[in-house]
This record gives sequence, structure tokens and C-alpha cells, in this order.
Amino acid sequence: MQASEIYERIKSKFEDAIVEFKADAIVEPYLEVKPDKVKDICEFLRDEPDLAFDYLMCLSGVDYGDGTLGVVYHIYSMKHGHRFVLKVKVSVNDPVVQSVESVWKSADWHEREAYDMFGIIFEGHPDLRRILMPYDWPEGSYPLRKDFQVPEFYNGMKVPY
Amino acid sequence: MGLLDKRFESENIVITTVEDVLNWARLSSLWMMQFGLACCAIEMMAASASHFDIMRFGVIPRSTPRQADLMIVAGTVTLKMASRVKRLYEQMAEPKYVISMGSCANCGGPYWEHGYHVLKGVDRVIPVDVYVPGCPPRPEALLEGIIKLREKIRRESLVKKKLPPVYVEEK
Repeated sequence: MQASEIYERIKSKFEDAIVEFKADAIVEPYLEVKPDKVKDICEFLRDEPDLAFDYLMCLSGVDYGDGTLGVVYHIYSMKHGHRFVLKVKVSVNDPVVQSVESVWKSADWHEREAYDMFGIIFEGHPDLRRILMPYDWPEGSYPLRKDFQVPEFYNGMKVPY
Repeated sequence: MGLLDKRFESENIVITTVEDVLNWARLSSLWMMQFGLACCAIEMMAASASHFDIMRFGVIPRSTPRQADLMIVAGTVTLKMASRVKRLYEQMAEPKYVISMGSCANCGGPYWEHGYHVLKGVDRVIPVDVYVPGCPPRPEALLEGIIKLREKIRRESLVKKKLPPVYVEEK
């Protein structure tokens, strides 16, 4: 199934959750949806027999640098061999996105990583803690944010060169 | 060795200094703490394998710091790992030596500027005896580091201060 057909399927059910569909995007088309509807859409994409997106290839966090954070979902159907890209954007002041951990188990650690690096809060995640950085890393310090500053010291060790 | 060496008829007597014997024993059995942190560990493993055969210098990998004399810090020391490296070093019995292997352990390497998670040189937490440059250094470079360390131990004294760190030159 082509991306435009998949988009039409989503549109027929989640008309009000769609922000933008970009068919001529660089590399591949993507669909931007609202962050509080992403779980329902993902469940729909997984459970419909003709879509059958059974594999979350990657879940990435993004900082666009203009006060918005984003999450990008690359999903794939092993059954049909088609793929699709979903995006959500949230404000850096209220970065709350629905968790898709209940849809695809592999989202668990991916979401923890996005939380660790960007501070995106995944609502409904069962165990949202840091995964790469130490647990005693300063609260509210997310290393891959554009405005991140390296702390001068960590546990008495000088960090900058 | 000493001036009186081989001056006696009996073959069972060798005369030398305590310092020389101690240094000779120490440099000939540098048991190493075996742990790798990054790609340098692959080169360290290659150095331990038959082609480069690090054991001919008496370097035997040990799995516990209590039995080790030498710590080879092979790879990127992250901030998370740094406290563990320090603790392992503290658990080793004296006399103990450290080889910093590769650019990451020397100074942060490619992570020197944007590595929010990397300690910029393992010498910020433990004292280093020999620095081996390279990214990663070839097994020959590590072997040269071991040889430099052996030379250093050979010059050690029981009463004088510890010798300053030495560097393997880049070729």
C-alpha cells in the first residue's frame, strides 16, 4: 500500500487528529498528527488487517530548535511489506505525548531514550526513567536539547575539556 | 647486576640489590585487570591473542582487581563508568600501574567538545603511568606501551618518588 492510501485510511477514521500530510517530503512522505491521538492511530494502524503495521522500526526524539520538540515513528508491516512515517510535535514547555508502549513493546526503551535525551514525557508509559544517562544526572537536564549546556562538574569530576 | 655477581665459585649465588630484584619481579609479571570499554578493547584482545601474544611480557588477564597489578583503560570512559573505574583502581593492591590506551582515555578523543557523557581523560580520576595514543592504537602500540611501562618499573626506587608518566610516541 502506498503512503497516500494509508493516509486516506487514517483520514477516514481520525479526521480531527490530523495536522498535516506531506506527500512530497524529502526522503519519504510523512503524516503529522496530534500528540494526544497518536496511540489510537497506532492501534488502528496495527490492528486493521489491510494495514497490519506490526513493527515499530524506530522511535526518535527531535528538537527542532524553535521551541518545539518532536517524536518520529517509523513503522513497517512485515505482512504487507509497506512502511509509513508518523510525526508529532509538542511545545518544549509542555512536552507530553501519548505512549505507544502498549501498542508495540519495542517502544518501551525507545521512549525512555527520547525522555532521557529530550525530556519528552510519554503519558501512559509504565516505567519512564532515564535509560542512558546516570540516574543522578541533574533533573531537567536533557543532553540532546539545542539549549543544553554541559554541567561544569558531575560528582566532583570536571566535565568540559 | 651487582659488582660481585658471578665472582663466587658456587653457581647458586647471585648478588644484586633488593630494588633490582623487586623491580625485575614486578615488571616480569604484570597481571592486568581485564576489562574493555570501547573499540580499543578489540585491539587489546588482538594483543592478547596468539599473533601478538601479550603474555610473553608476563601480562596475564585477571578477572578481579585483587589479583591485578596493571589496569589497561581501553576505551571511552563515560562519566557513568568513571566512578566504577576509580573504584576498581582502588581495589587493586599496591604496587599498581595504569596504561591509558587510546585517545578517548587519554583526553576524550573525538568526544572532547560535544561529549556531554565522556570524561575528558581518565587521568582526571586515576593516576596514569603510560599514555598510548591512537584511535584505536594497533596492538603493536599497546605492546610498546607495556615495554615503556617495564622500562619505567625497572628505574623505580624504593625510597624515591614515583616516576612521572611516559608517552608512547606516535609514528
